[in-house]
Amino acid sequence: MPLLTVDELTVTFAGRGGPDTTAVSGVSFTVDQGEVVGLVGESGCGKSVTSLALMGLLPAKGVTVGGTARYTGTGTDVDLLTLRRSALRDLRGTQLSMIFQDPLSSLNPVVPIGVQVTEILSRHRGLRGAAARKEAAALLDRVGIPDPTRRLKEYPHQLSGGMRQRALIAMAVACAPRLLIADEPTTALDVTIQAQILELLRELVDDQGTALLMITHDLGVVAGLCDRVNVLYAGKAVEAADRHRLFADPAHPYTHGLLGSIPRLDAPRGERLNPIRGSINDRIAWEDGCAFAPRCDFYTPQCLGGAPPLADRPADGAAAPPEGHLVRCVHPVHTTAEATEVSR
Amino acid sequence: MSKTTEKIDRLAELTTRTTTASGGSLWTEALRRLRSSKMALVGGTVMALFIVIAIVGPWVAPYDPTAQTWRDEVFTNRGVFIGPRGDNWLGLDHLGRDMFSRMLVGARQTLLVGVVSTVLGFVVGALVGGLSGAALAFGGKAGQRLDTVLMRFIDMMLALPSLLLAVSVAAILGQSLTTVMIAVGVIQIPVFARLLRGSMLAQAGSDYVLAARALGVRRRRIVLAHVLPNSLGPVIVQTTLALATAIIEAAALSYLGLGNPDASQPEWGVMLSQAQRFFDAEPMMAVYPALGIIITALGFTLLGEAMREALDPKLRS
Repeated sequence: MPLLTVDELTVTFAGRGGPDTTAVSGVSFTVDQGEVVGLVGESGCGKSVTSLALMGLLPAKGVTVGGTARYTGTGTDVDLLTLRRSALRDLRGTQLSMIFQDPLSSLNPVVPIGVQVTEILSRHRGLRGAAARKEAAALLDRVGIPDPTRRLKEYPHQLSGGMRQRALIAMAVACAPRLLIADEPTTALDVTIQAQILELLRELVDDQGTALLMITHDLGVVAGLCDRVNVLYAGKAVEAADRHRLFADPAHPYTHGLLGSIPRLDAPRGERLNPIRGSINDRIAWEDGCAFAPRCDFYTPQCLGGAPPLADRPADGAAAPPEGHLVRCVHPVHTTAEATEVSR
Repeated sequence: MSKTTEKIDRLAELTTRTTTASGGSLWTEALRRLRSSKMALVGGTVMALFIVIAIVGPWVAPYDPTAQTWRDEVFTNRGVFIGPRGDNWLGLDHLGRDMFSRMLVGARQTLLVGVVSTVLGFVVGALVGGLSGAALAFGGKAGQRLDTVLMRFIDMMLALPSLLLAVSVAAILGQSLTTVMIAVGVIQIPVFARLLRGSMLAQAGSDYVLAARALGVRRRRIVLAHVLPNSLGPVIVQTTLALATAIIEAAALSYLGLGNPDASQPEWGVMLSQAQRFFDAEPMMAVYPALGIIITALGFTLLGEAMREALDPKLRS
């Protein structure tokens, strides 16, 4: 039994006078204990909404959430989407935790770091006074903040960007959660700090057996950190595979296009980038066919026969069908020949 | 002392200075910026002067402000008034009382009316606004209903012109000093309530509140420890501005004859309203209290404006 099983998660925002917007339409994936799972996609594909839905942090008004998200970390099997709000509040911080994109705005500017860390400790672990301060300092030390006792007295604006994100991570892991959701934790940081933060997350996963759901649009982050990857497009998963397989042999034209559009250091000078045509707004409703069809290089009229199912990737010629590689496409790309051409 | 140790000392001094200058909380930072602002300096000086006069006024006033000492020198029916002269620096009023003493002693009443009514408006307004904002942002459906009820009530108060509201309150409660304070306080309530509620709602939607919720922090703690301290900045600024308007509103009430009827305590607003009858004959009688009110209000407003700038994170260097 996986730690988290998300099945057909659907999130719809009520339109104000206009039509409703379905941000997530039937996303399914699982997260195992100690596993790093990536949710990848461009802006507006529903990745952040998925994480907020799992945490129960979507506004109560005007949002419809469907599907199930079964969580087994407490020993019993609970559905995060239908759990009572008070019960969910008790899970947050202890079982489920979250790291956000912008570390500066995610910290309260008028409260010292120390108070913000200790409040989690007193809420969930009942620590008070000197004991709480000592534990807070130990936490900051563990996430690699030097001179933690001094830092505890400082305010968020006195810390550097990387330090703030470390402090947020310290708060998120203060009670050793079973599942950590990281919503683009490195987007607001510069590249060297990104690498340090990713390394820290990897360490936490390895040391504590925490499962990590990594939400990102950065394929570099995915390549460096994730065990399994789910590629989202227009609110649906279009491809799911383990990291190596996804990068070596992307089956969905969208994934294929994403990988092909990454600028390369070894490309000849003056070579143009190879973007995917159009934007995420050029899409058709999933009911009518593949949402990616208008931008797809491999488009055929067959693509308009309703949403293709997320199915096992078909066998590739002589090779046996790869295990656990799912793709939502009528005619998936057989990369082998082209891959050699693309990667030269 | 050798040159080297001198150098080291200077260096040590420099480093300690840089560490203290590296910043502090929002409030210490704001205070630092307030100190370097000319506007705050002028406003603060005026305010301090006003408060000092309000405190020591009765002791330093050269004459009894209520004694009609020079009654036989002023003839209102013949238009004979006494302007500034050696004994009476600001001249006499229509009953032969020393204007300068009345101005000094009147500062206390004026300040009292301003402060008490503003505190009243602030406390009630912040209570209503804070409750409303917290309920709407974190109270679910029941909270929404509470917010609606409170805010429609506030809207009703806002719908009445403020002076009319004050006049109605004063008319209901009867004439007294307390009435003036309550009447002026009541008209401040909706402003404070709306301001704090809006400010709290803005903070409730911020990332750090989402982060705190994601970490399972209790709602009470989120409201009290995170949302409220961040929402108070504009409300505090409003307080200084409200003090200025409170003094003017109190003067307006006196002017309309709804002020404090107790003649033993001079008050600038009352003085202004009494002077109006003799405005064509002796305009200076109105000018002094009016100037006093204007300068004080200006001082408070300047300080409020400087505080707004000091607290605005967008203007931080």
